[in-house]
Amino acid sequence: MTESKLNVVGQSVLRRDGLGHVTGKTVYIDDIKFRDMLYLKMVRSPVPHARLKGIDFSEAEKVPGFVRAFTHEDVPKNIYTILCLIGVGPDEEPVLVEDEIRYKGEQIAAIVAETEEAAMEAVSRVKLDLEELPAVLDVEEAIKPDAPVLKHWGTNYFIYEDYHCRRVRLGDVEKGFAEADFIVEGRYQTSPIEHAPAETTACVAKPEADGRITVYTNTQAIYFTLDNTALILQVPFQKLHFVGGTVGGGFGGKVDVLLEPIASLAAIKTGRPVKFKFTREEEMRCSSSRGAWRMYFKDGVTKDGRIIARKITTYADAGAYNRHTPYAVTKHAANIAGPYRIPNVWIDGYCVYTNRQPGSAMRGFGVTPASFALEVQMDKIAETVGLDPWSVRFINAYRDGDMKPHQKVVEDATLIEVMQAAAKMVGHELPEEYQKMSSQALEEG
Amino acid sequence: MASKIISFTLNGRLTEVLVKPLTTLGTLLREQLDLTAAKSGCKQGGCGSCTVLLNGQPVLSCLLPVEEVEGQQVITLEGITPTDGLNPIQEVFYENFAIQCGYCSPGMILVTKALLDKNPHPSREQIIDSLTGNYCRCTGYEPIIQAVEKAAQRLNGHEG
Amino acid sequence: MAKKRGLGIAAVNYPTGMNLGGDPSQALIHATTTGSFVITLASTDLGQGLKTVIAQIGAETLGVPFENVMIDTADSDTGPHCMGTFASRATHRVGNAVIQAAEEARKVMMEVAADELEASPDDLETDGQGNINVKGSPDRSINVIDVALAAHFKYGKTISGRGMFMKPKSDVDPETGKMDPDSTEAHACTVAEVEVDTETGEVKVLSLKSAYEVGQQVNPALVEGQIRGGSYMGMAHALYETTHPYYPQVEHMPTSFSEYVLPGPMELPEIDSVVLEYPSANGPYGVKGVGEMTANSPIPAIINAIYDAVGVRITDLPATPEKILRALEELES
Repeated sequence: MTESKLNVVGQSVLRRDGLGHVTGKTVYIDDIKFRDMLYLKMVRSPVPHARLKGIDFSEAEKVPGFVRAFTHEDVPKNIYTILCLIGVGPDEEPVLVEDEIRYKGEQIAAIVAETEEAAMEAVSRVKLDLEELPAVLDVEEAIKPDAPVLKHWGTNYFIYEDYHCRRVRLGDVEKGFAEADFIVEGRYQTSPIEHAPAETTACVAKPEADGRITVYTNTQAIYFTLDNTALILQVPFQKLHFVGGTVGGGFGGKVDVLLEPIASLAAIKTGRPVKFKFTREEEMRCSSSRGAWRMYFKDGVTKDGRIIARKITTYADAGAYNRHTPYAVTKHAANIAGPYRIPNVWIDGYCVYTNRQPGSAMRGFGVTPASFALEVQMDKIAETVGLDPWSVRFINAYRDGDMKPHQKVVEDATLIEVMQAAAKMVGHELPEEYQKMSSQALEEG
Repeated sequence: MASKIISFTLNGRLTEVLVKPLTTLGTLLREQLDLTAAKSGCKQGGCGSCTVLLNGQPVLSCLLPVEEVEGQQVITLEGITPTDGLNPIQEVFYENFAIQCGYCSPGMILVTKALLDKNPHPSREQIIDSLTGNYCRCTGYEPIIQAVEKAAQRLNGHEG
Repeated sequence: MAKKRGLGIAAVNYPTGMNLGGDPSQALIHATTTGSFVITLASTDLGQGLKTVIAQIGAETLGVPFENVMIDTADSDTGPHCMGTFASRATHRVGNAVIQAAEEARKVMMEVAADELEASPDDLETDGQGNINVKGSPDRSINVIDVALAAHFKYGKTISGRGMFMKPKSDVDPETGKMDPDSTEAHACTVAEVEVDTETGEVKVLSLKSAYEVGQQVNPALVEGQIRGGSYMGMAHALYETTHPYYPQVEHMPTSFSEYVLPGPMELPEIDSVVLEYPSANGPYGVKGVGEMTANSPIPAIINAIYDAVGVRITDLPATPEKILRALEELES
């Protein structure tokens, strides 16, 4: 756009949905109910790794208000992977467990009942016949040859087109290490964490008179969820009508497809609206987390503080299933070397499966752990070389025209400018050399 | 177990309801009376999204059996929202961007009302203390604290 | 035993868009008979305020008041495709789609106004208040309402538009990692000041002061909302949160807010920020995106500040009092 004066962009106009929020009139999914609505509750695995040998619903069926139970046999295409829509495969996650349980809390069977209490009571009376198996919980243990194998293709890691990890290679790190004055190493570990939105994940699936199903959902991605639901249910896409758009906090926690397919299936089979809402316990224990990440750095640094070689090996703990982690490892690999000009970079990013609740997107997906590790590593470098933290960053900061490790030319760089502004904010006097730096200026490397 | 009739004042009106024993006030409001402003964020007493006022005090409706409100006064957000417009607390929250996803807002607004009704000139520490039972993941709390300060000023007619 | 203070910094980039691209968003706009505009989307607002900023972008491009623009989202029967709200993509992609749709609608609007004013469309301008006038002759003017009525009932024209934005999907070379992952980069630098209690291991974050560069702010109050909320979430990640207190073991995983440790308003640090704007080449009005970045820079800044305060470098999050005390013990021995 060539408008030089902006009328409304740049103004702090009051929120469109603000009135609804302060009066309590905004409608969230849990506020939606229908006259003959059923409630869906999940039977979940009590152990992290097991063979499922049988399910006994006989006591559950006796609960007043029990309507129906669903197992994997009811699901038309039970094995899926969310990212199939963008060409990532293979399918490996069950909607409902078939034979192998891979995380504590995994969905085994769905029960629908007339009331939420009846559904919960029925779930508590379901008996599971399980044969517990050894669990694999540590990412580096999981990729050892003797670890129990969790995936049907025979490994505990995602395969990136025949490679065992996501690779980035620029220059020659061994040559860089040989030329370096210091080698600085570091190991960094983040914890799995929960999105903990104020509103838990929920949907209501309602059969309509014309044979379609309307699904009210707080998903962050209407079409991603609709398309995956249609594929799982093996119905024409136009049979599904997804309605949403108002989410009580997402943070990446509402981009999976854990609720809509099974709720829609239940609605189709019972002919009645079905509500499936995660309890807070399910939101914390069973919905996707931010997966843990383990990162190893080895940097070659000159005595004037320049990083000339950076070798990074990282392990994303995807948990039991893909969800979005294979995608995140690629994003992580594109950012883990940091906004710095480094001529030799070597990255191996693994996506590893373990027997825990799967990780998925969360605010900063893949980049949050990367920024944590690399920025603590920068301070470690500063200390080793005898520089202050500001200097080591100015010396290495990238600029427009630099080459990133994944061979994309830097543009829109403003790292130097935000550092200058932050230093000014806190009253830190930078040397004139750094005050004069610019992301646009061409300089000798 | 047989249902019973509970009689209480809800948003200023004498109300009689038929409930199963140990039905929570939150379930009654949301499922039976269609008053959905109070939310159901955890049903464990941990988030405060279910907050309503019982005799002017904030309570967690997700844990309170309806029997406990027999003969008492309950106020929900619906009860303090004017038919036309907003009450001063709602106005301030709206104008000061003390809302993002809005899920915690009904609880926050009622807690604010309870505080300012009791203490029209709260210090920042007193405001923070009164908000500790209400969870917000979006705003980082500061805009809400500032909204409560401004609401106090507006209610006292001292707004700058 | 003492309370020791320290300062730490972190400087980060954050990419805009679904990684590798291939994440389109589309938008449709039409004018009603009375000069309101409806932007139809299938995008979701998570609370960050997308419905508001998209209306702002639409109003700006159309040249009409913000109040004239309605947002209709999200319904898969009426809203065209949107990949979703994540990866700091929404304002960027949906905004660009809306600009394209608004430009098409605006063109028709100006043509009708030109016919009514007996001028050339190139000689007309919008005043952002709901009027269209001949440049230099403000008295030769027509209201958007009259333009819409004329379009519908006199000329039989539809003031509408279609928009789409997609960064084409990039391949990744599996051997070298060569790829084009993002549309642009935003940046942030945070300075954290902490106070560490060497007796209890507790860390109090005194302040988080940050500079953010976001291309262009559409709504500064909403950007500040992301700054405050994100800073707070970053602090929570650094010091408090975990679903696996004994990672990688799965014991003692929390099931409620009593067990999932999160800071409350009592733990609030002073949060101060400055926002820089260096417009991106491909963002709507130069927008880059800000929603995720704000949670990232505080984490290492706090960890680095702890090191500055007491000489222990916690490399395993969260930096709980237990970890700090154990590290201090090791340091002393």
